Amino acid sequence: MRGNWRVVWLALLAALALSLAACGRDDDEGGGGSDPGITDDSIKIGGSYPFSGPASAYRSIAEGAKAHFKFVNGNGGVDGRKIEFITLDDAYEPPKALQNARRLIQQEEVFALFNTLGTPNNVAIWDYVNEQEVPHVFVATGASLWGEDVKSHPWTIGWQPDYVTESQVYADFLDEEKPNAKVAVLYQNDAFGEDLLNGFKSAIEGTDIEIVAEESYEVTDPTVSSQMAKLASSDADTFLNITTPKFSAQAIAASAKLGWKVLHILNNVGASKALVLEPVGLENAQGIVSTSYFMDPEDPQWADDPAMTEYKQALEQHSARANPNDPFHVYGWAVANTMVEALEGMEEPTREALMDSIRDMDVEIPILLPGITVQTNGTEDGYPIEAMQIMQFQGENWKLQGEVIQAPH
Amino acid sequence: MTERRLRILLVCGVVAVALLIPFLFGPYRVGQFTLVLVYAVAVLGLNLLVGYSGQISLGHGAFFALGAYTAALLIEKASVPYLLSVPAAGALCFAAGFLFGVPALRLHGLYLALVTLGLAIALPQLIKRFDGLTEGTQGLTVEQPAPPGWLPLEDDQFLYLLCLAVAAVMFLIAWNLMRGQLGRAVKAVRDGQIAASTLGVDLAATKTRVFAVSAGYAGVGGALYVFALGFVAPEAFTLTISFAFLAAIVVGGLATISGALFGALFIEFVPVYASDVNEALTGVVYGGVLIAFMWLLPEGAAGLPRRLRGLAALRRPRDEGTEEPHVAAPAPRVPAGKT
Repeated sequence: MRGNWRVVWLALLAALALSLAACGRDDDEGGGGSDPGITDDSIKIGGSYPFSGPASAYRSIAEGAKAHFKFVNGNGGVDGRKIEFITLDDAYEPPKALQNARRLIQQEEVFALFNTLGTPNNVAIWDYVNEQEVPHVFVATGASLWGEDVKSHPWTIGWQPDYVTESQVYADFLDEEKPNAKVAVLYQNDAFGEDLLNGFKSAIEGTDIEIVAEESYEVTDPTVSSQMAKLASSDADTFLNITTPKFSAQAIAASAKLGWKVLHILNNVGASKALVLEPVGLENAQGIVSTSYFMDPEDPQWADDPAMTEYKQALEQHSARANPNDPFHVYGWAVANTMVEALEGMEEPTREALMDSIRDMDVEIPILLPGITVQTNGTEDGYPIEAMQIMQFQGENWKLQGEVIQAPH
Repeated sequence: MTERRLRILLVCGVVAVALLIPFLFGPYRVGQFTLVLVYAVAVLGLNLLVGYSGQISLGHGAFFALGAYTAALLIEKASVPYLLSVPAAGALCFAAGFLFGVPALRLHGLYLALVTLGLAIALPQLIKRFDGLTEGTQGLTVEQPAPPGWLPLEDDQFLYLLCLAVAAVMFLIAWNLMRGQLGRAVKAVRDGQIAASTLGVDLAATKTRVFAVSAGYAGVGGALYVFALGFVAPEAFTLTISFAFLAAIVVGGLATISGALFGALFIEFVPVYASDVNEALTGVVYGGVLIAFMWLLPEGAAGLPRRLRGLAALRRPRDEGTEEPHVAAPAPRVPAGKT
């Protein structure tokens, strides 16, 4: 009897050891010569997004990007290569994003990390990714960091107009429309919020615009109502709302409830009609000012635009449940379109060639606003998009105002 | 005798498998197993408290965080050699646990659970508030220990073996503690406070000591976490991790040393696979697996061989000389009110 047990355990251990050994240390490599994740008929890229947690509204970006890649694959791919886009959930938590980056690079062996979302998340991974010399491109964050010092992190690049560009646009707008503005600011207490706030502070230097109140919140906070009450009791005549969608909605609702009627500037990341304005009631959103750089799917002036029609058709085909009016889908579509342009510009299938292509771009992405181009220039200019247009919420939709404002660094 | 030899054989087997792991898997998997070792140390500490002494802590994530930030700050800001940061984090958390354990004397059961829960809720916020030191939400990147030049190991393999060595020491200490005088006192306190005190066990000292030891283990785990990830941010130490530790000791087996290892495997791998099933339903899948597990193996994984042996024992006369009776680990005691 006792002998039997020993045999059973030994057999179990042997089976375990064997099954472990079967997994093997070295995984099989892709096609010879080229970098991991790219073969003659496929390109594997990966991204980490908040599919769960407080920032999960951004998941729409991943869906929009996926739809574009499927659309491109349906038309033959990039030089015959089909794009495989792997996404992982990080719940907007930097430690998880770092684990996801490791998994994508070491386990999935992706060719490049594409569009990973969130400033703190990308800060958490960029040293690691640059050490590994893996392209970490078109990150979905507007931090000014990504283009600041190209030499120290040559494998990382942003995409959208960064927060410094955006705050410059607000400062230019205020200087034009309301030169003596007294501004109250609500901001998210992380790198994102501070970047926009500090950008705004340096942009209003030398003007008569003044910040009279500042309140911050944590992304884990349940509400911002106490901060809003403090801001509303200040003598500000302008409200700069630097928040992510959930808090944008709360701030708009709070200012309506408090009867605080001042010029309301809502930062671009919170300016989603479907996710922010509709839930709080469009009547509370009238007159809010924000910025944009791509076409609003609900703006009637683009209804017959070929880029918009293409987007809507493809989204319906590849992501049936998606709401085409969600601007985050358009964002995902546009950034994926930029990625496809970059991949097409590669001279050889290597990671280095991808970075060379990305560091020397000058393309128009059809779904971006007319007058806005994606431009980079080696170590000189690491900011792909540096222009935006002011828009104001009127009636049912955002209405573009004035001209595109160029705000290069 | 056979029982003992069997156990030695089993431990040797586990050690052999543990030593083989870094040479069998790719770097990402090895990284996951490194995290398993990290969690195992913290889970073991919590099991000393919950499983052996019957006190409940919902806040061990806080001590884990304290250990992690201690190690991270020592390495990054004070340039302390990384190996020294482990005992430093352990000692600091031991002290913190000791101080925290003093009020814990007066509290037991759910009351203590609630106080520790408060600690776990407060700490991540505090880390964010002291952002001058901790870099706040953005987190702190820490250089990971690299293998010395004469060792023919990859970074991930070295990290794994380093954590394995520390974890092995921590397991040995726990094993030794729990079969010694403290272990007997702790179990006596759990099983009957009045009886224990009439037998001369100092209730207050025993409880405080076990709480401090437990916190120290969490601290060591936290320091190893920094090695394993090379990054700390407050989001890593939310309530989720405290509850994960608690889930791990129950899944692994209360009041068992080996259960910590299985529990750690569970909390590292199940959420990852759950998110592979469906990104949006990670929580549902994880929760479902947890419920199913408790249904099928209420004594935890460590209870499985005992259960099997228990079944076998039905068919043979019971051994006389075995150290432990073939029964399930006791469930945590719910306080019956003040006695």
